[in-house]
Amino acid sequence: MKLITILRRAILLLGSVLREIFDETAYERFLARHHSSAGTASYADFCREQQQAKVQRPRCC
Amino acid sequence: MPKILRVLLWVTISLLGALALATIALHRGEEINAMWLVVAAIATYAIGYRFYSKFIAVKLLLLDPMRATPAERLENGRDFVPTNKWVVFGHHFAAIAGPGPLVGPVLAAQFGYLPGTLWIIVGAVLGGCVQDFVILLFSVRRDGKSLTEMAKAEIGKIGGFVSYIAVIAIITILVGAVALIVVNALKRSPWGTFTIAMTMPIAILMGVYLRRIRPGKVLETSVFGFLLVLAAIFGGEWVAHSPSWAAAFTLTAPTLAALIIVYGFAASALPVWLLLAPRDYLSTFVKLGTISLLALGIVALRPTLHMPPLTRFVNGTGPVFAGTVFPFAFITIACGAISGFHALISSGTTPKLIRRETETRLVGYGGMVAESLVAVMAMIAASVLQPGVYFAVNSPAGIVGQAPDAAAATISNWGFPVTATEMSSLAHAVGEQTLFNRTGGAPAFAIGMAHIFSRSLGGEAVMAIWYHFAIMFEALFILTIVDAGTRVGRFMLQEALGHIWKPIGRTSWYPSILVTSAMMVAAWGFFLWQGVKDPLGGINSLWPLFGICNQLLAAVALCVATTIVVKMGRVRYIMVTLVPLFWLVAVTFTAAYEKVLNPNPRIGFLAHARQLVSSGASERLIFNDQLDAAVASVLVVLVGVVVIESALEWVRVLSGRKTAEVKETPYVMTRLALEEQG
Repeated sequence: MKLITILRRAILLLGSVLREIFDETAYERFLARHHSSAGTASYADFCREQQQAKVQRPRCC
Repeated sequence: MPKILRVLLWVTISLLGALALATIALHRGEEINAMWLVVAAIATYAIGYRFYSKFIAVKLLLLDPMRATPAERLENGRDFVPTNKWVVFGHHFAAIAGPGPLVGPVLAAQFGYLPGTLWIIVGAVLGGCVQDFVILLFSVRRDGKSLTEMAKAEIGKIGGFVSYIAVIAIITILVGAVALIVVNALKRSPWGTFTIAMTMPIAILMGVYLRRIRPGKVLETSVFGFLLVLAAIFGGEWVAHSPSWAAAFTLTAPTLAALIIVYGFAASALPVWLLLAPRDYLSTFVKLGTISLLALGIVALRPTLHMPPLTRFVNGTGPVFAGTVFPFAFITIACGAISGFHALISSGTTPKLIRRETETRLVGYGGMVAESLVAVMAMIAASVLQPGVYFAVNSPAGIVGQAPDAAAATISNWGFPVTATEMSSLAHAVGEQTLFNRTGGAPAFAIGMAHIFSRSLGGEAVMAIWYHFAIMFEALFILTIVDAGTRVGRFMLQEALGHIWKPIGRTSWYPSILVTSAMMVAAWGFFLWQGVKDPLGGINSLWPLFGICNQLLAAVALCVATTIVVKMGRVRYIMVTLVPLFWLVAVTFTAAYEKVLNPNPRIGFLAHARQLVSSGASERLIFNDQLDAAVASVLVVLVGVVVIESALEWVRVLSGRKTAEVKETPYVMTRLALEEQG
């Protein structure tokens, strides 16, 4: 049982890491900040906001 | 765990690490198993993390779990977000992992596996991890300020100016160098070119899916994109075997370079970025997946290293790049051991996500440990190849000749037997017309990876698929560096030129975007074109230049760190940052001196220019060498000024002539600890 709990936690954590890396959590935060729901319009707004931040973010060598 | 068991565990890890290091260092004349490298690396990292990073955290940085971080104080749900430490770790690792730790070790394998492996392990534990850790913490204590801002605040305006110049220079040369790697990997390769070309329409499809069908479901879209890319790899095989399609996708190096230059400009200046943005996600997805797969492959297969620990080329006569093991092995390895570029990430997005000061240890030090392990895996991928094959792939035509028989004979005469027939069979097995003169590191890495993967999954029959998967993986994320680098460089130029003429500083003003994008593309395009036209393969001059820039930026970061350490009154522990700083200054200044003034035309830019003058070569080629020499000299002088400026600041503070004043944000107690306690 303990092993299953550890595995479950590890998988959940991996999911959280991937969701942060792939900006899914950032989108949820955006929706919460703007009190809006998921949809094409809100995602387009999110992408516009992200674009400004990403253009200044160097990608490592 | 009882104390006695903990002690026993660490004694065992230490002994195992020592045994593994002794095995890789002392074995001569016999091939060894790659697992010795893995064990040596993991044991050293474990000890470094457990003891050295703990020492730095407790004695030097005085990490305080009760001090609120900017993520907590300035939380806005956008940039400043308190995030789980493992999530920040993953985010940070995804940001710092690039082609450097893959390409650098492959190129440095020309000295044998030993010098590169030792530097990757030792350099990371004592240098790279320390730099990333301390810069991350110092940025956290300054509201997530960038390296440039910290340099300006702690050292002075010169420090800020030099780090700005170093960042622009490193981005320019980096993009030129990595673009050249893609060109060398894809030239005369219809399969590879087709696969990479297909990533553009795939990205657009992903964009449509992401925006119209499943808004915000990036992971799902990336899986969908990945499946399409896999289909493109299989489609590439068909293209390579179709005479008409193969002809359409068989491109020369200059054509590919021109296409990449046009692509870089379009991605930065035209409103296509949002369409191509999903490719960024795809690239990250493939990168993380492939690195994990490679690690599993190495552990499952436990391959034998065919490369000797040391080759005759430690004397500086290597065909991959010229120069002796010191300083060039250290310059070439670059990001796998220490990277100035990481200081930009550690003072960029990451500090704004850190929830507790104590977590900087895992993210900063631990993130670099993971990056260094990737570099060890790249060294293994290069060293599992037969040395003759490695040199046939990585040697430029200008050194070994264009004809397969002549090249094979030259390499065999060096003591690394290889035949033209053997190379032809290998090329056939991986679906290429030829593997001779594929300089740049990417193809050699891809062959090594295909070798490991095909022996673990699918056998020799699928070697071509694995090879092209590896090429796709490298080219895909290198191209994202090309477009991201161009955009970041453009943005920095706009900011700087805005001080001269205000309108150009308006980052959304279209004429400004066009002009600064063109300037940025012209700058890295110049280096790319120079590399493509270079009979020595381009990498010989470009990669060391990139390595020098990268390590000089690390020297600037360590100057900033040491200055803060002095001002914090922690001089007793100054060696933690001072030793890697001294080492980097010694390495970069020696390498720059060699690259500029060495009388050997294969090493020294000016000697090469003189040789070209005497042979009546074109003015353009001579100018290229002179420019490379000027870039290396100017950067060294600028960084020399920062080092002197920093040292004077230390003396002023230590002699009491100046009050030690750190520019940290005032202490605020965290709420999180109380909330966690309930």
